[in-house]
Amino acid sequence: MARITASVFTSHVPAIGAALDLGKTAEPYWQPVFQGYEFSKQWMKDKQPDVIILVFNDHATAFSLDMIPTFAIGTAAQYQPADEGWGPRPVPVVQGHPALAAHIAQSVIQQDFDLTIVNKMDVDHGLTVPLSLMCGQPPADHFAWPCPVVPFAVNVVQYPVPSGQRCFNLGQAIRRAVESFDEDLNVHIWGTGGMSHQLQGPRAGLINREFDNAFLDKLIADPAAAAAIPHIDYVREAGSEGIELVMWLIARGAMKDVAENPSPVRLKHRFYHVPASNTAVGHLILENT
Amino acid sequence: MALDKPYLDVPGTTIFDTEQSRKGYHLNQFCMSLMQAANRERFKADERAYLDEWPMTEDQKLGVLSRDLNRCIALGGNIYFLAKIGATDGKSFQQMAGSMTGMTEDEYRAMMVSGGRSVEGNRFIGEDGDAQAHRQPQGAARTPGH
Repeated sequence: MARITASVFTSHVPAIGAALDLGKTAEPYWQPVFQGYEFSKQWMKDKQPDVIILVFNDHATAFSLDMIPTFAIGTAAQYQPADEGWGPRPVPVVQGHPALAAHIAQSVIQQDFDLTIVNKMDVDHGLTVPLSLMCGQPPADHFAWPCPVVPFAVNVVQYPVPSGQRCFNLGQAIRRAVESFDEDLNVHIWGTGGMSHQLQGPRAGLINREFDNAFLDKLIADPAAAAAIPHIDYVREAGSEGIELVMWLIARGAMKDVAENPSPVRLKHRFYHVPASNTAVGHLILENT
Repeated sequence: MALDKPYLDVPGTTIFDTEQSRKGYHLNQFCMSLMQAANRERFKADERAYLDEWPMTEDQKLGVLSRDLNRCIALGGNIYFLAKIGATDGKSFQQMAGSMTGMTEDEYRAMMVSGGRSVEGNRFIGEDGDAQAHRQPQGAARTPGH
């Protein structure tokens, strides 16, 4: 059967993608950011997932205000990197896993989460920047991401966004869905976005190291407490766009220790850095034991 | 009955809720249209004429023409949509975010490099942090007696 073996948490700042694509990773401003992912790139090679369920948000790219799905799962065979106004990122086409995605959709909807099923969607920096950070630049002679991806888009642009608690519960439903898939697959689940940042108004540029690090502590050791954080605390403490952190709770909810108390998670990597453009960068890797 | 909106007392911050989204639908969809190169060209050739094709309010159109992002947000714009105007103008996200504070690009960048804006004094309207209404604009633009 398929099983989730690890979860990855990372920010997905667009300027990180631009820095990678323009060859600026060694510049003093960017070097500390990419240094934080050196371990992670090697870890990806060592652990080689068969599929990644990648929880992200669309930034007014695939979804305009014509339709605003709260939770959307991609069941397509592939996804093109989007042109967000600066031209598409020069990264590989994202290969999907339609069979697993369709299975998850069926199972999770039957567990009372009303997913929108998406068969056509371009993917923006929310999905491709985490892939770049974790996988590095794919070589020219094998220009592909290392494995298929199931994109899972969450509305965090238009309020009210789903609560942390609902996201945490959804992660648990996704884990049950994966474990009922017959094929033997090593599945990773990633939660992306955050950490503290605000992109609008006179309060733009807000960063809160204390909140971010307390959130990382809770997410690792007491995820139920992290899930209980109300929206207003993210807005007030971590900036209006810090609300993206609810997406991390989907990935965290999918870890085994949430359902089975005696199986603690193993913390493989923790990184935090300020700033990348307007944003605090946070990153964790957790493995099931 | 009034809905629960506990975020209305956060200074310098507009939450893009369903009410803002309803007000800003056409403004944001205009922004979305700039994702196509041909539309960007038409907009740049005659901004006013392009805006007049959209059922936006006059205030919204003036907000776009003057690139006053705070005004656009007050009128229902959302930053991820408004960013398409910035992309059309060749501006980065950091330049756009900074423009809403009154700081110069260098001042804003320096604030971020030194750890970002502090949350102290900026949690609730009525405190004395740098995002509060009585301390706008920020940076060198805030000359004595301004």
